[in-house]
Amino acid sequence: MTRSHQLRVADLSAGYGGRPILEGLDLDILPGRVTAIVGANACGKSTLLRVMSRLLRPGRGAVTLDGASIHRMPTRALARVMGLLPQSPAAPEGITVADLVSRGRHPHHGLISRWSLQDDAAVAAALEATGTADLAERAIDELSGGQRQRVWIAMALAQETDLLLLDEPTTFLDVTHQVELLDLLCDLNERRGTTIVMVLHDLNLAARYADHLVALARGRVHRQGTPEEVLTEPTMREVFGLSSRVIADPVSGRPMVLPVGRNRTLASAARK
Amino acid sequence: MSGAAITALIAGRRARAGRRRSILLVIAALIAVCFALTLILGQSLTPPADVLRVLTGHDVPGASFTVGQLRLPRAVVAVLAGLSLGLGGAAFQVMLRNPLASPDILGVSAGASAAAICGIVFLSLDGAAIFGLAIAAGLAVALLIYALSFRDGVTGSRLILVGIGIAAMLDSVIAYALARAPAWDLQEALRWLGGSVNGARLDQAPPLLAALMLGGGLVLARRRDLEVLRAGDDLAAALGVRVAGTRLAVMIGAVAMIAVATATTGPVAFVAFLSGPIAARIVGPHGSVLVPAALVGAVLVLAGDYAGQFLLPGRYPVGVVTGAAGAPFLIHLIIRANRNGASL
Repeated sequence: MTRSHQLRVADLSAGYGGRPILEGLDLDILPGRVTAIVGANACGKSTLLRVMSRLLRPGRGAVTLDGASIHRMPTRALARVMGLLPQSPAAPEGITVADLVSRGRHPHHGLISRWSLQDDAAVAAALEATGTADLAERAIDELSGGQRQRVWIAMALAQETDLLLLDEPTTFLDVTHQVELLDLLCDLNERRGTTIVMVLHDLNLAARYADHLVALARGRVHRQGTPEEVLTEPTMREVFGLSSRVIADPVSGRPMVLPVGRNRTLASAARK
Repeated sequence: MSGAAITALIAGRRARAGRRRSILLVIAALIAVCFALTLILGQSLTPPADVLRVLTGHDVPGASFTVGQLRLPRAVVAVLAGLSLGLGGAAFQVMLRNPLASPDILGVSAGASAAAICGIVFLSLDGAAIFGLAIAAGLAVALLIYALSFRDGVTGSRLILVGIGIAAMLDSVIAYALARAPAWDLQEALRWLGGSVNGARLDQAPPLLAALMLGGGLVLARRRDLEVLRAGDDLAAALGVRVAGTRLAVMIGAVAMIAVATATTGPVAFVAFLSGPIAARIVGPHGSVLVPAALVGAVLVLAGDYAGQFLLPGRYPVGVVTGAAGAPFLIHLIIRANRNGASL
């Protein structure tokens, strides 16, 4: 079991080239839980994840891990506690699965330390957990999109961090692979107690798989809580400007959003 | 977790490491062969026994001059310059994830040449002054490219475009200086157009060796970080690599090696550019390409120089040979890059 770490965002303002995207955002990540960040396009979801993983420096405010600012922490020490999977990472051409996953061990090595049995064990465990052990000697270029995404997750697992941040991990995956991937992340959360924070586009998958939802709007946390607390018809209108019906998902019992557009509704059919 | 998976992983890694070791040994042996060939077989054949006696400090009539004064300095300078150019070039290419990002294409070598030619033609400098000026100019050009392409950090593509622009400007400076050069300076100035190890002296070796040790040490100390950087800046940062710091350290080390090598031999065309991609094709995608590239660089300069002297009709400086071999490869890389829409 992993130790629980407190990741906290306080009064955060950040943006690109002087254009603010996040303004005065506060957020506490629940240790040992799965958190999904949702919101409309360009609301700052990815920016928030980039600041939380020290890829972007905040203009004001701070991101702290157990009380210490992550932007002042040695980056290698932070990488032993917090992993990140960027949105569309690029694999070096020709590299094999085993080799790529092994790179997850980078933060555990200094200038001269040698590869150890512990490293092999971590890589093997990551390959098996993601069902990619059979692919170990294959080149990444030969794999399908779903397999490739599982390999990237394996790399993040080999890093053996207590916190894992993922930026839209289900992009480019078909629905089967999306569900498979989210199941994998839930397993990881349950077995190892890994704290998971992910940006997700699909509200219904977010509601189904996350313990905690964070809805962003206008550079702040508009609403956060359990899926039942966040996925409500008023919140959908405020955050997405969308009129919708929210029903109980017959599979999971969690809330499920049905968007209501202008066309193809029973009401619009009745008008005609 | 099963022991079988771990065993398979270890076996795979050992097999790759073994293969890589044998490849490195073969390239090193190739260097030794070219080195020996340069010492033994020139305009006249010197028996290996005589070469050995000269190397161990004995006086052998005839051989002492040809081997000790002509061939040995030539071979030593060729090896050191080749190692420096190969390592420095590959470090740039890996760091910026683009084979076009080598210092000879970015204008670092052109900077050293332009400064040396201007020093000869306009300031009537020679010897150590030219050497110092060329190094300083190589470093200054690298700094200028870095500064001009800086905006919220430095991205590879911007650095490459700025570098190509600067290289074009420096080429016109060289053309201008040559057009204004008096006839008696032209011979000396032309040496800076194509690299050459003609007239190499043993006292040129220590500065080359020092730059190779310091610059190469700086680069090789970062080789694991460089490997992780190949998967992109974001992922490297997430894996604990200090991206900006690594880039700066590698750049300083690589430019120092390239500048000193260029100041010694002139710009030996395309060696910095070719060594990395050739080494990558030989050793494959596993592990760092830096050390293999350094070895390939040494082979290219040694073999190019030998071919230019004895294998071709007429005698050419090494830069002409590597230039003629390198240009088609550059075109090949550009065509392939366009076709894939990607790099390396």
